Amino acid sequence: MTSTTRVVLDPTSEQAPARRERVARPASLAGKTVGLLDISKPRGDVFLDRLGELLSARGLRVERYRKPTFAKVAPVDLRHEIAATCDVVIEALAD
Amino acid sequence: MVAPVLEQLADAAGSLTIYSQDDPTFPDGMKVEDDTDLAVSWSLDLVTVPTLLRVHDGAVVERTEGWHRPSWEALTGMDGLGPGLPELRPGCGSRTLDPDVADDLAVRFGGARLRARRVELAALEDEAEAMFDRGWTDGLPVVPPTEARVLRMLAGTTRPPDEVVAVVPPDLVECSVEKVAVNAVMAGCRPEYLPVVLAAVEGFCTDTFNGHGLLATTYFAGPVVIVNGPAATRIGMNSGGNVLGQGNRANATIGRALQLVVRNVGGGRPGGVDRATLGNPGKYTFCFAEDEAGSPWEPLSVERGFDVGASTVTLFAGEGPRGIVDQLSRTPESLAASLAAAALGVAHPKMALGFDAVLVVSPEHARVFREAGWSKARVRDEILSRTVRRGAELVRGAGGIADGLPLGLEDLDIAKFGPAGLLIVHAGGGAGLFSAIIGGWINGPGGSQPVTMEVGT
Repeated sequence: MTSTTRVVLDPTSEQAPARRERVARPASLAGKTVGLLDISKPRGDVFLDRLGELLSARGLRVERYRKPTFAKVAPVDLRHEIAATCDVVIEALAD
Repeated sequence: MVAPVLEQLADAAGSLTIYSQDDPTFPDGMKVEDDTDLAVSWSLDLVTVPTLLRVHDGAVVERTEGWHRPSWEALTGMDGLGPGLPELRPGCGSRTLDPDVADDLAVRFGGARLRARRVELAALEDEAEAMFDRGWTDGLPVVPPTEARVLRMLAGTTRPPDEVVAVVPPDLVECSVEKVAVNAVMAGCRPEYLPVVLAAVEGFCTDTFNGHGLLATTYFAGPVVIVNGPAATRIGMNSGGNVLGQGNRANATIGRALQLVVRNVGGGRPGGVDRATLGNPGKYTFCFAEDEAGSPWEPLSVERGFDVGASTVTLFAGEGPRGIVDQLSRTPESLAASLAAAALGVAHPKMALGFDAVLVVSPEHARVFREAGWSKARVRDEILSRTVRRGAELVRGAGGIADGLPLGLEDLDIAKFGPAGLLIVHAGGGAGLFSAIIGGWINGPGGSQPVTMEVGT
């Protein structure tokens, strides 16, 4: 065994992910804008439609969003718009 | 042997410098530079001693290897060198090439090219265990990526180590040739496989292939790598018996290297962004070559727009292969119907148009089509037309099965696959009236589309 076998090269990206704290969970939804994100999975719309009705009935502002395809990451503009517009987001993740 | 010649040269030329790889006291009485650490020899890329070099302004402008009087005389511009010597002696191998020192030299003088973080293993750490402990493996042991091994791997490509190959999902980080080489070492690749691995990594990371979504899905599929062209033969890939199975180093390690890049560089790990419910064994590695020489048809690469003779990798988002047995069909119509019937099972018999597939036709099945004169396009068309069904069979509730296509499509004829949804390749052993179908994942621009990349150098 030569001396070099005890040193190996890091196979990873060597990047520590930047950690960002989540926004604190609001104590109440009063006055908040709720985003409803449909990722285009079947029947996600059914779930979000009902949630939208319930939230609107409570007087909340509700915004609907949709990913073009569930198989790809949400476009950056969509993510930005949601972040800029909404206080909380509910995502219909699975079918 | 050339000591007398060196004396002649030293007397005549004021600027002679002599280096010795093993004994700077020889020749006796002459000024000889000590190169026993081989630094100068390495930098001059010597393969033979003696080597005579003419250096001008610090650059080597001419060199001759071994002892060949006319060459030495031409290089020095002197006549009558070594009058007592034979005309030609080929010399010996440079010590820089000794197997027991070559790796150390490569690390000592070439290691600076490597940018990856060095990870020192503790004296009591087992190397194989250390790779597991750091989370760098796919569950099987890996080859520890020492500097010497990575440098040898990098010799397999002409691309510089710091060149960016692709931005690897899911962490979307730039991946250098060097990082691919590190993971290729771990996977067990030989250096000559590296260009194929590089092409596979590039293809995986395209938006068209959508490796990100493929990794993240709960579905079974993973990247399937199909290699075409002379590169496959040159590196000894298997396209014959047990082509989709174990036992061939190139097949096994190229697919594995791609997966290790995704895991280690991209950060895509099961339980993390990889959300597969069941997965499939091909997610360790799934890579094979098409049998072009024995095929009745044009290779997949040519169908996909590359020249005959080009080496390519085609990436397909696929699950495990499903066997198709048909031992009695001797007409192409019967065999096409048989293959079509089996292809209907991809994903679910009631699903349509959402999933592509790769059909791997073995030599004995291909022979039926060859003898009938059916082109690959004909075979595809016949299978596509035989996989069209009435919507009434496919809608939700049909057949007593809740899942299916939305209601309202009952009166339509619905194709199982789109026109580009069935890739056909020829591979496998010479005995066995079998073919295999590799089901895909969500197809089209919203999912994953097959991608073909040319293999570089």
